[in-house]
Amino acid sequence: MFETLGERLTGVFDRLTGRGVLSEKDVDEALREVRVALLEADVALPVVRDFITRAKEQATGEAVIRAVKPSEQVVKIVHDGLVEMLGGEEPVGLELGVTPPAVILMAGLQGSGKTTTSAKLAVRITKTERKRVLMASLDTRRPAAMEQLAALGKQGEIDVLPIMAGQSAPDIARRALSAAKLGGFDVLILDTAGRTTLDEAMMAEVAEIARISSPTETLLVADSLTGQDAVRTAKAFHERLPLTGLILTRADGDARGGAALSMRAVTGLPIKFLGAGEKIDALDAFDARRVAGRILGAGDIVSLVERAAADFDQAKAEKMAKKLAKGQFDLEDLADQLRQMQKMGGMSGIMGMLPGVQKAKAQIAASGMTDKTFKRQEAIITSMTPVERRKPDLLNASRKRRVAAGAGVEVQEINRLLKQHRQMADAFKAMSRDGGKSMARMAQAMGGGMPGMPGGGQMPSQADLQKMMGQAGGGLGGLGGGGGPKLPGLGGLPNPFKKP
Amino acid sequence: MTDAASEKRGWFSRLTQGLTRSSKQMTEQVVSVFTKVRLDQAGLDQLEDLLIEADLGPQAAARVAEAFGKGRFGREASADEIKQSLAEAIAVELLPHQGLFDPMSSPHKPFVVLFVGVNGSGKTTTLGKIAADLKGKGAKVMIAAGDTFRAAAIEQLKVWGERAGVPVIAKHIGADAAGLVFEALEQARAQNIDVLLVDTAGRLQNKTALMDELAKVVRVLKKLDPTAPHETLLVLDATVGRNALSQMEAFDRTAGVTGVVMTKLDGTARGGVLVPVAEASHAPIKLIGVGESIDDLQPFNARGFARSLVGLEAE
Repeated sequence: MFETLGERLTGVFDRLTGRGVLSEKDVDEALREVRVALLEADVALPVVRDFITRAKEQATGEAVIRAVKPSEQVVKIVHDGLVEMLGGEEPVGLELGVTPPAVILMAGLQGSGKTTTSAKLAVRITKTERKRVLMASLDTRRPAAMEQLAALGKQGEIDVLPIMAGQSAPDIARRALSAAKLGGFDVLILDTAGRTTLDEAMMAEVAEIARISSPTETLLVADSLTGQDAVRTAKAFHERLPLTGLILTRADGDARGGAALSMRAVTGLPIKFLGAGEKIDALDAFDARRVAGRILGAGDIVSLVERAAADFDQAKAEKMAKKLAKGQFDLEDLADQLRQMQKMGGMSGIMGMLPGVQKAKAQIAASGMTDKTFKRQEAIITSMTPVERRKPDLLNASRKRRVAAGAGVEVQEINRLLKQHRQMADAFKAMSRDGGKSMARMAQAMGGGMPGMPGGGQMPSQADLQKMMGQAGGGLGGLGGGGGPKLPGLGGLPNPFKKP
Repeated sequence: MTDAASEKRGWFSRLTQGLTRSSKQMTEQVVSVFTKVRLDQAGLDQLEDLLIEADLGPQAAARVAEAFGKGRFGREASADEIKQSLAEAIAVELLPHQGLFDPMSSPHKPFVVLFVGVNGSGKTTTLGKIAADLKGKGAKVMIAAGDTFRAAAIEQLKVWGERAGVPVIAKHIGADAAGLVFEALEQARAQNIDVLLVDTAGRLQNKTALMDELAKVVRVLKKLDPTAPHETLLVLDATVGRNALSQMEAFDRTAGVTGVVMTKLDGTARGGVLVPVAEASHAPIKLIGVGESIDDLQPFNARGFARSLVGLEAE
């Protein structure tokens, strides 16, 4: 949907090529693109302004003006600036080392995800810190909010304060405190009702709860989908509560999450966790690089790798890797790859997460390659006999006619598929001969653009990306199946997507 | 929220109260920028920034600012005049996208309304309010608790059902949503129900599997009644930013959105994202939520919304 910043900037600088040295005006023009990109990512305007001023100081420096690829330089400056503003690369943990019970107070707007996040946090603390956690819902307003927390507690095997109808929120807080002390719990998580910051009575209530429970951590739960309102909300809560950190929910959505930057910049509070899924353990430590990349529309390689890991059939991958190592790649393997691609959300899903492939995406759309094509190709292969799948050379004219009738396609399509397979098989064979060197080359190529596809942007910088891939585990060597000019498949390497 | 005085106030004053508190700052800024000063490019740029802060997004903000600036260069204007023209520029953007939610005058029976949206946008609450409203107008209403995923979603809906005096068709958590919806529609037909309100689980629009599940709900409804759902309401949270566009697109593709509801306009969020959303979609904006009580859900009025967005009273 959005052009990535890298491509926009390339556009700006392309117009300037041949002029040699960049002027301040050129940099200004580039930074206007940066500004729009940040606004499109929902970064709040005051934060954008501040950021642009800082970036300008750096971008007008010698490094950019003399750079061979100024667009890359600018993107790098912006990316690094974002990471820094987001709080650097080290995630900040929870402060729980006090006389038990350590109280964690959760606050936020309606529907930001407090209750679900409370349960996720409880599960995380129980698992990683080996502490006993008690949860209590102080939400006396939303129907069945308390039941929701109780149900989540059951699901995650976390103790929940029994519900007593008719109690006020401060009373429940007191009861929870004494229950936590008596029960010997290490941590008490207080889930509160959602409130708008304009509702004075409700804001006073949460402030009173904070006074009663003197929490060691007061966390503002906010939605990654939030727009310009993020700063107002964060500021208003920060004024009334002793906030110690932020948790951003729904980071698994496709929002670019500029709210993270806005809230962090306005409050100076660390972002501690990202809610990233429907499951009760889907709470990730905050990763500034990942969020910075998303804000810039750099694609989300980490998510891609994670999704691949989640969907990948380990045994199958290993089997395939062994075959590939011998240079074998038959139609059965191709069908597996096609299925794998569909599982991962199809072509558009995968491409959407890859950095700098917007141009390639447009080309693919123009060439009529859609997810339907994959389905049809899979149908062709499944219309063949197992022997034919292993030995495509067997397919003579009459066999092809039979397969075409079975799959409901024309014979030409079968020929096209066979040709594609031939190219991929050749590539794998070549690769197995030079001992995997070209695999590495291909991974390199994936960073800057698809093999065989002209264009492709240059995102944060090759080195950064590779570091990102490295962190995600195993690298992306398995992606980019075999340099088939049209069909990027997932050739499994031995355990390519193991999580760190 | 419970004192009688505040309950009796008209919806517009409640909307303006909600919005003016938040738009006050913006309007003051606008006014201070333009009052008694000849309008110039710098002034227009500032106005554009203010609109961006209301979530209009860079393009719509630029367009509104331009429309506002037309014929006004080099002239002086009063605060009120500025507000009027700004509201007018925003209303022009929104007017073609104003729609009516009116299940009772439809020939279809039962009239099936499907509620879709991301998690936490306010689907269940909106549904509860609509159920109470329709019931109050004398319609026979039924609720299908199609959110079989979130813990206690069914209980939440049952409370709403009780409040409104409306039957709720529900199964256990983890049940197949499509199956439940199918049965609900069968029952609604058997009991001669006028309006069937179908809740669905919140889902992020980029989760393919969850969107497929939603597509199945729609498919299953169509099996019993090819014209159903007669209304698919996308529920958007006023705090949402640019992602609203992606939500609109994805939910429309999967479930064919026919109307937009914007909730939580009583907070600091201005809901300006409605402008680019309305422009990018064919589905009109039908309802807005300005508070927590049942009658805080109101028909969308483009002119009123635009006026309150800039801090003006009703006409």
